Amino acid sequence: MARTGRLVGALTRTARDAVAAARRRRARAGTDPRPARWQVVTVTGRPEQVLPAGRWPEPLRRLDGAVEVWARPAPGGRGTELAVRPLGGRTALPGFAAHLVGDDPGRFLRQVLRETRQLLETGEVLRADRSPPDRPGAAR
Amino acid sequence: MRALCWEGAGALAVRQVPDPELRNAHDMIVRVRRSVTCGGDLPLLAGRVPEAAAGEVLGHEFLGEVVEVGPEVRRHRVTDRVVVGAAVACGACWFCRQGLLACCDNGTSGTAAEPEWGQPAAGCYGRPARLGGFAGGHAEFVRVPYADVGAFAVPEEVDDDRAVFAADAAPAGWHGAELGGVAPGDVVAVWGAGAVGQLTAAAAVAHGAARVIVVDEHDDRLRMAARHTGAEPLDHRSVDVLAELRERSGGRGPDVCVDAAGPPPGPARWPGGGPDGGAALREAVHACRKGGTVVVLGGGSAFVDRFPLGAVTDKGLAVRGGSRAGPRAIPALLDRMARGELVTEHLATHRLPLDRGADGYALFRDRADGCVRAVFTP
Ligand SMILES: [Zn+2]
Ligand SMILES: [Zn+2]
Repeated sequence: MARTGRLVGALTRTARDAVAAARRRRARAGTDPRPARWQVVTVTGRPEQVLPAGRWPEPLRRLDGAVEVWARPAPGGRGTELAVRPLGGRTALPGFAAHLVGDDPGRFLRQVLRETRQLLETGEVLRADRSPPDRPGAAR
Repeated sequence: MRALCWEGAGALAVRQVPDPELRNAHDMIVRVRRSVTCGGDLPLLAGRVPEAAAGEVLGHEFLGEVVEVGPEVRRHRVTDRVVVGAAVACGACWFCRQGLLACCDNGTSGTAAEPEWGQPAAGCYGRPARLGGFAGGHAEFVRVPYADVGAFAVPEEVDDDRAVFAADAAPAGWHGAELGGVAPGDVVAVWGAGAVGQLTAAAAVAHGAARVIVVDEHDDRLRMAARHTGAEPLDHRSVDVLAELRERSGGRGPDVCVDAAGPPPGPARWPGGGPDGGAALREAVHACRKGGTVVVLGGGSAFVDRFPLGAVTDKGLAVRGGSRAGPRAIPALLDRMARGELVTEHLATHRLPLDRGADGYALFRDRADGCVRAVFTP
């Protein structure tokens, strides 16, 4: 789906940078054995639709190698609980995240999960209006 | 295009800004014909919303004509006249499928759309982009995301001046009556005789309430509420509101009490709520009958101190909130408007060109010259 590719493009680039940053940092600092917190969202659909045969949905797929994921049915027919956390323990986190959103990788992963859910549920990632500096050009 | 922009605390101006454009396949672009001031804008106007950025376009209540549709839009065509609900909701997530469109999971965009108190609710027009909001409708054109979910064709027999109140004020009032579970024979008290308070009173009557009492301190608003909704006016400057409500409900207290007073106007009072913050809510909790329901509409008072929790627990009250109604009731409200059962145009006490938007908001904020709502035409 061409539209999907275009819509997730911006995240794709930053996510690859983030993965690289995380690897560099792990190589430098070693790995903290304490696991980071799981970030979880509930998504409409069954686990095999959300995470078909272990194939990660966009834009989560771009974090392959940097995070681990699981999916399980949510109680009460609420869909699927989709969880993600960084590989490599806590010391990997600041570098992983600082590149994108300061010192809060949880926030970054929650945003990735929100966009994953938007894409699965609506077929698109909802884009913000363009702010005036984004968009030079004449007003009508 | 021209648009009414927030320039900083207390400052609005009409500016040239870039036209909106389609950003998602479910978007459409609407040429605005009418837009309305709302009390929900006042905290932002006063500078009490730290996420606001200068240049953002205000306004979440508007009506207009479709001029462009995205490839996935099915229910609308170019030239359709539509009213657009204030909440931006996807229609597909679990909350939307439960009918809780104002709680939509997918209605905001951007990395910062994560409030301190948990998950983001539906998006909204005319709210800061840093809170996941979208450019507002006080403009010549506006982008409408999830157009099939939030926009509704206006029946031919309903004119713009009536239909524009189906964007937010009428759904908010309907939502208030529904949240309160208003049933035939109920006594309902509503704090605030602004547009939402009046339309809550009208919705309570439509739900079969036996008595509806509206509490305010502005004569003109109380008279308007009495004339157009059949509600009984109570001026809290001249009567003991709690004693009156007890007397008028056979000593029981109203079955449903709705706080539609909205956020306090005036200068910055963040944080803390200020001297008026929560006064109507406290009175509603004290007035409500045992086992009754207190509904808090309207936002703006993010924190309210001295909340009478003991009255809630002692009397077994239900307290329900809803600062945004969601678009679910809009088609039924438009039908009621078409049948003449819901009349709203009198709420537009001031009609101005968009170029005088700053004047319109000043009148509205100060409740000057009997202003209930100012309606703008671009
Ligand atoms: Zn409003
Ligand atoms: Zn939704």
